Amino acid sequence: MTSINAASIKQNIFYNFRVPYALITLVALVAIWEMTAKLSDVPAYMLPAPSDIMVAMQSMWGLLFIHSGITLAEIGIGFVLATLIGVPLATLITYSHVFDRAVYPLIVGSQTIPKVAIAPLLLAGFGYGLAPKVAIVTLIAFFPIVINTVVGLRSVPAEMLHLARSMGATPLQAFWKFRLPQALPSIFAGLKLASVLAVIGAVVAEFVGANGGLGYIIMIAGSNFRMDQQFAAIIFLSAIGMVFFWLIGLAERAMLPWHISVRSASEKN
Amino acid sequence: MLHTPDTDSFISIKHVSKSFGPVQALSDIGLDIKSGEFVSIVGPSGCGKSTLLMLLSGLMKRTGGDIRVGGQMVDSPRSDIGIVFQRDVLMEWRSALRNVLLQAEVRGMPMGPAAARARELLKMVSLDAFENAYPHQLSGGMRQRVSICRALLHKPPLLVMDEPFGALDALTRDQMQLDLLRICRETHTTVLFITHSISEAIFLSDRVVVMSPRPGRIERIIDIDLPRPRRLSIRESREFATYSDEVTQIFKSLGVLREGDDE
Repeated sequence: MTSINAASIKQNIFYNFRVPYALITLVALVAIWEMTAKLSDVPAYMLPAPSDIMVAMQSMWGLLFIHSGITLAEIGIGFVLATLIGVPLATLITYSHVFDRAVYPLIVGSQTIPKVAIAPLLLAGFGYGLAPKVAIVTLIAFFPIVINTVVGLRSVPAEMLHLARSMGATPLQAFWKFRLPQALPSIFAGLKLASVLAVIGAVVAEFVGANGGLGYIIMIAGSNFRMDQQFAAIIFLSAIGMVFFWLIGLAERAMLPWHISVRSASEKN
Repeated sequence: MLHTPDTDSFISIKHVSKSFGPVQALSDIGLDIKSGEFVSIVGPSGCGKSTLLMLLSGLMKRTGGDIRVGGQMVDSPRSDIGIVFQRDVLMEWRSALRNVLLQAEVRGMPMGPAAARARELLKMVSLDAFENAYPHQLSGGMRQRVSICRALLHKPPLLVMDEPFGALDALTRDQMQLDLLRICRETHTTVLFITHSISEAIFLSDRVVVMSPRPGRIERIIDIDLPRPRRLSIRESREFATYSDEVTQIFKSLGVLREGDDE
């Protein structure tokens, strides 16, 4: 009896074990990198070994955390602003033909302007503090939010709107109970895109002019030929981006347990 | 002949026409439906039968004519009807029960009695064990049953259905037809049912309205004098075959149906 139980437990553990392919690939790449850096003549200011980067990271741990905080604030505030502006704007575009034709093309057109190009302008206007960085993050993040929200709000089946009217729904009810929930998966797709772009926006803004933030650290380290410190900051930046993306995914799963994108991810397990 | 208000009819459609720009979708439609009657409209795609349903529900403005439901002129969306579409348009984020209760929430009906009624309706369509299931956990037929319950929650005197079983497999369809007839009998609901299945129309209805396409006109109204409650075996009867043949002949004469050996 006991041996059968043990076997079945073993089987269960084996069944639940998932090979972490991505982790294996990452470890292999880092190993190759380490060997290349150590065994070749490439100088450390061009290609620091991962072990050197870890050493640098440990030596500047406190600094990295402080500057992560600055970048995080820029990303967070900018992202929230982009959402607060983007979703209502998309709602206006969806509901008003005039607004749609007057504003939507301009929003789309404005995206051809590289944000890096207007960063110096914003800096001139807002100074060197938090404000211009937040402005750039907002500008870069709000576009996917607007586009995806518009698509989501418009993708409501005609029958559903007929249904709302036949129930005597007020326009507000039609929005809250019919349109918005239907649009949420699409809105979340926009938020995920925006979260990635927000990190890029913050760093770009810091490159152009800053006295703090991970982008600032990367700039300073670069001018000192400290590639190891640069990589340390990049690793922090990438961690921020991943955690941010993951948090939005978490919110999505909490709010849309019914949606196919969430379901198929959990059913594959 | 003098047009006196027909007190007998619950729905009165007179000389109704509808154009979309230069395209005439419906022309001179006239139809009276008595309370508790089951009337089907059968016609080819594009004959304007769905448009007629939209006009009757007040979801679309007619170009000409009169439509009255319960003596009242239809000029705006009527909220005293229940609508079922071919697509169930259930809300994926709501459980079966809460999908049915949507009707009550939007109308501001008291939720206690509404929930009791919703459970009663779900039981009527054998979904009482599924009230907490989400739409993606239900089969196509079950989903459409939920949408029928939603349409009946506020006890509408009129149920309009636009090809509600069109997307279901044949067996599920048979069961749904039986269920629908039973529910209508139990709730005394008047039904206007749109389909392009001749046998479905005959099986369900007291009267079958045959429409011709472009512009949509009523070609003939056929009284279906078959005993109720209807059983599936009635579809094998000679009377059923005669009705079916009558409708088929109309469609053949209209050129909607063509057989190779006619040419």
